[in-house]
Amino acid sequence: MTDVIDTPVTVPAEIDDDERARLNRARFERWGSWALPLIVMALMVFLWDRIVVWYDIKHYILPGPGRVLNSLIEGQAVFFDAWVLTLAVTAAALALAVIFGVGLAVLFTQSRLIEMSLYPYAVILQVTPVVSIAPLIFIYVDSKVAGLLICAWIVAFFPVLSNTTLGLNSADHNLRDLFRIYGATRWQRLRYLQLPSALPYFLGGLRIAGGLSLIGAVVAELVAGSGGIGVGLAGLIQEAGYRLNIARMFAALILIAATGIAIFALLSFVSHLLLRKWHESAVKREG
Amino acid sequence: MTVQLPIGERPELLRMSRVGKTFGGGVVALKDMDLKVGQGDFISLLGPSGCGKSTALRLISGLMTATAGAVRWKGDHDTGDLGVVFQEPTLMPWATVAQNVWLPMRLRGQAFASVADDITRTLGLVGLDGFADAYPRELSGGMKMRVSIARALVTKPRLILMDEPFAALDEITRFKLNNDLLAMKAQIGCTVIFVTHSVFESVFLSDRIVVMAARPGRVIRELQVDQPYPRDEAFRTSAEYAAYCRETSDALHVAMGEAA
Repeated sequence: MTDVIDTPVTVPAEIDDDERARLNRARFERWGSWALPLIVMALMVFLWDRIVVWYDIKHYILPGPGRVLNSLIEGQAVFFDAWVLTLAVTAAALALAVIFGVGLAVLFTQSRLIEMSLYPYAVILQVTPVVSIAPLIFIYVDSKVAGLLICAWIVAFFPVLSNTTLGLNSADHNLRDLFRIYGATRWQRLRYLQLPSALPYFLGGLRIAGGLSLIGAVVAELVAGSGGIGVGLAGLIQEAGYRLNIARMFAALILIAATGIAIFALLSFVSHLLLRKWHESAVKREG
Repeated sequence: MTVQLPIGERPELLRMSRVGKTFGGGVVALKDMDLKVGQGDFISLLGPSGCGKSTALRLISGLMTATAGAVRWKGDHDTGDLGVVFQEPTLMPWATVAQNVWLPMRLRGQAFASVADDITRTLGLVGLDGFADAYPRELSGGMKMRVSIARALVTKPRLILMDEPFAALDEITRFKLNNDLLAMKAQIGCTVIFVTHSVFESVFLSDRIVVMAARPGRVIRELQVDQPYPRDEAFRTSAEYAAYCRETSDALHVAMGEAA
């Protein structure tokens, strides 16, 4: 064997200025990527608090961060119930989006006929704003939770479908030839070639769909109004708005944002776990 | 090691008779190609772009059907009798080296455990001992190509089709792989049909060189390299080698001239 790779990196005793600058830059990027956003957030919260005090702004116009935090702690039982409902709708919608999106994508790659017949309708469903369909859905569906679920699913399912379809079709053409030469069945080609090829694309779609299903769940609840059995985070915002309880509005908003960040982080982590061994996007490169 | 019979006396493996391929747009990719492939032959298909040499390989592999004529195997054959190596390593990036080599057997329904010994032995043959669990992205271009060759050899095929497999590699790696390919072929005793652009590569590797011309793709001439195997680095610098290269190069010029 003459072609050897991955020589271990040893740190020489003396490094030149260029290398030192590169190491410093790498170190800075490592802590800067999480520390800098936190510093910016702390500054913003501080500024927010000071502005409220300096200009003596009334709490029913703009509450300070302390008051928002209080509101969150005092109403924690209510917030928790609302958060659970919103999260449940979001998670269920995402799960349905994955099942239908991947299922339909697989069906599309198996039959051009089905793809040509149905794909335009998937696009129509996507480009019609969910806010405009939601009122109709709530007329036809009795259960509010089911209505929320349908709305969130409509927004979340398209990125999964379109990305997975793209991925299934982007398997290396030489590998396809090889599978043909070795007499692979349709099922073998799907299982061993197309699905693994589609995985990075699917995971990209999943990350978008995670955020969208939360947006769908929140928007649909705003359209549905705060009546009915369960109240989600959007319902809390609406109720608090009617009573000019601005602190509570902010508290619910912060919870929604935090949930969105958590969903994105979780899906990114899952994606990293699944791809880290082989896909370029998840592989760290030196130099 | 298998004993090589002289070129004319080898039993027939497959035969192309008056094979032609015309694409839908009317382009004649290949016209009236006759080729009798004997067991143990190392045949190079040499010619300029568009001479139909890759088309010939695709016809033999069954990826394409011929417009005219036929490709016939002598006797029965199944998917295990054919190994293919493309210009790109064409590995599955999500699978380890061993899993990639397992592919032809996996598609025939053979469990990994039942063929693990074959896989290990084949990896040893191509010089990849200890790399079974590596992923393709961790390997250099030359090593990826070795994995690709191992995948083609693992079923002990009777015929191996190689479509410019070393064209994208640097010269040092290419020479090394040329030597190793001949050693592997001698050990296994298979037949090779090898598509290349390179006069030097075709002379070094093969005992039969089929020179082809373009527009329409067709066979111009067949040359024999009557030089015994094993061939080593000394052959590369020998007077015989130079003479064969000149002869082949002249034939190629005729092919190019006719096409122009």
